[in-house]
Amino acid sequence: MSTTYELSHLRVLESESIHIIREVAAEFERPVLLFSGGKDSIVMLRLAEKAFWPARIPFPVMHIDTGHNFAEVMEFRDRRVAELGVKLVVASVQASIDAGRVVEETGPRASRNRLQTTALLDGIEEHRFDAAFGGARRDEEKARAKERVYSFRDDFGQWDPKNQRPELWSLYNGRHKPGEHIRVFPLSNWTELDIWQYIAAEDVAIPSIYYAHRREVFRRDGMLLAVTEHLTPGEGEEIVEMTVRYRTVGDATITGAVESNAATVEQVIEEVAATRLTERGATRADDRVTEAAMEDRKKEGYF
Amino acid sequence: MSELLRFATAGSVDDGKSTLIGRLLYDSKAIFEDQMEAVERSSEAMGAEYVNLALLTDGLRAEREQGITIDVAYRYFATPRRKFIIADTPGHIQYTRNMVTGASTADLALVLVDARKGLVEQSRRHAFLASLLRIPHLVLCVNKMDLVDWSEDRFEEIKSEFRAFATKLDITDLAFVPVSALHGDNVVTRSPNSPWYEGSSLLHHLEEVHIASDRNLIDARFPVQYVIRPQSNEWHDYRGYAGMVAGGVMKPGDEVMVLPSGFTSTVAAIETMDGPLDEAPTGQSVTVRLADEIDVSRGDMICRPANQPHVGQDIDAMVCWMSEVAPLSGRDKLVIKHTTRVAKALVKNVQYRLDVNTLHRDEVASSLSLNEIGRVQLRTTVPLFFDEYRRNRTTGSFILIDEASNTTVGAGMILGPSAAVGA
Repeated sequence: MSTTYELSHLRVLESESIHIIREVAAEFERPVLLFSGGKDSIVMLRLAEKAFWPARIPFPVMHIDTGHNFAEVMEFRDRRVAELGVKLVVASVQASIDAGRVVEETGPRASRNRLQTTALLDGIEEHRFDAAFGGARRDEEKARAKERVYSFRDDFGQWDPKNQRPELWSLYNGRHKPGEHIRVFPLSNWTELDIWQYIAAEDVAIPSIYYAHRREVFRRDGMLLAVTEHLTPGEGEEIVEMTVRYRTVGDATITGAVESNAATVEQVIEEVAATRLTERGATRADDRVTEAAMEDRKKEGYF
Repeated sequence: MSELLRFATAGSVDDGKSTLIGRLLYDSKAIFEDQMEAVERSSEAMGAEYVNLALLTDGLRAEREQGITIDVAYRYFATPRRKFIIADTPGHIQYTRNMVTGASTADLALVLVDARKGLVEQSRRHAFLASLLRIPHLVLCVNKMDLVDWSEDRFEEIKSEFRAFATKLDITDLAFVPVSALHGDNVVTRSPNSPWYEGSSLLHHLEEVHIASDRNLIDARFPVQYVIRPQSNEWHDYRGYAGMVAGGVMKPGDEVMVLPSGFTSTVAAIETMDGPLDEAPTGQSVTVRLADEIDVSRGDMICRPANQPHVGQDIDAMVCWMSEVAPLSGRDKLVIKHTTRVAKALVKNVQYRLDVNTLHRDEVASSLSLNEIGRVQLRTTVPLFFDEYRRNRTTGSFILIDEASNTTVGAGMILGPSAAVGA
């Protein structure tokens, strides 16, 4: 019997991502990997580790810090960076506010989501990064579904969806002028379920808040928000202790938890396979603003 | 183990393509409730009488406002057997450029025809581009069968008309499925409305079509992408060549040759962070170590001494031109990216322009405008290591980049070394 040399879908996705990461390392002078401590950027970092093993990852990682973090995620970030021996750059929204670059939103629905864009673009400019890896996936959101793996950004970091470079085969065009940069999305073709299956298959460590735990939360706009030092319930919003987990990890003030008893990666996979809500729809207030909220933010330079 | 199948669809709203994709996604539970609710709300706001599933894929503001699809959209769904990636390309605006982009990575092309109208210019164009891009499998979905009373005769008529046309093309595997995307007949399950149809439902076909042997597993090709040198005490003398296998199967012990130097060595190991491999087939990203210390760098090609690609600077290719700014003409100078090599290319001449609807060759043409395809002769500044595109879609393809604007302006499929190298 002849062997067919079949590769599983996870192996194909992994190979494609590693190919993209190596291509960027070979063709760009100053790449950086955007690392939030969320599961997608954790998988991306793992793929970068694999791409260059046994050498170290040949570029730094950058965290866009809104200041509204989950403590578990920060510990995880620092531990991972130390293990890999990579340099960590922190671009802080608080610093942008303190420098008067941006003005903090006020009111009960205030968030630092939009302000991240300034911190991100400032970080890219300050360190003269010419390529920034992001963990975005095309299945997340419909504007993302149309974005290239290599997403060209002009001097202002803006994305022009109507003027994207055709992207064929596995031939990526990273040419750009000084001041311009490219966002690179090695996980473009992964789905939420693929990420979880990969985490299970590879035994990838992720912050504990992705698994079911008891937490004090309150309901707002149909989401369960955690009570933290940065966010307290308003009038009529009742605090309850529930068993929840996070499907996405972002700014703690706008990322909702979901009720869940999934305490292991296998249970999470079962839950993800059965869910009828997208992860951003279920848990991200930032995408609920308008139908084109993501597109509008991306045009301004968002992730 | 679940496999990955990439397929490309093309067509306009009228064909029911969006409805068909919406049906596949919805019935395989890849559409979520919040997405469906958003689509229902938008359809209602736009005054539509039915839920417009096209809104699921048309994600950009301009697309929703104008009711058009601007760009290739990628959609994902999975069944227990396979994971699917759909490259959904619009039928009207920038048609060829988008279809070629979506088709470049596809294992299968899905062409839709309306049972009432039969083959139209656009269906022929889809089939031709699928064949030009060498998508190994083609499925012709005859849609709206309910509107022709599930007539077997009508289905057979369209089938034989398409078969006659397909003889002019290079299509290795062709299947026909009668469907009603709106009602879901033969999409996920076989329909009682077509007892005369003995084939499988569309989804079943997508799950079962054999793709593992589509890849070239004969000609070992390894374009070196990146040289790994840890420069640490633990891995002091380590030197590994990272890349994705672009053809054949690489194995430790293989006798290999490195181009352009022509030095030979043997594969000492094929490595990954997860451990060494006994073999690495086409499509796998690995690191190759050689037994001998020879000079190898990015852009080099590792192959077998008895099975080498063409090495040359004069190349004949079919080029799809994608620039809105200026046409492609003789004497143009462009940047060419082929595997991991980047060089400059001079366009020696445009030999003919191909009419994608009639397949007629216009030999008088001397330039290619946006969305036009033609045969072109190129000369590159450095030798490329290439195969015919029909033999290898990775080592046979390239992109052309405009040096001033840095945009990708052309996609090329190599026919072979130029026969006569002249003026």
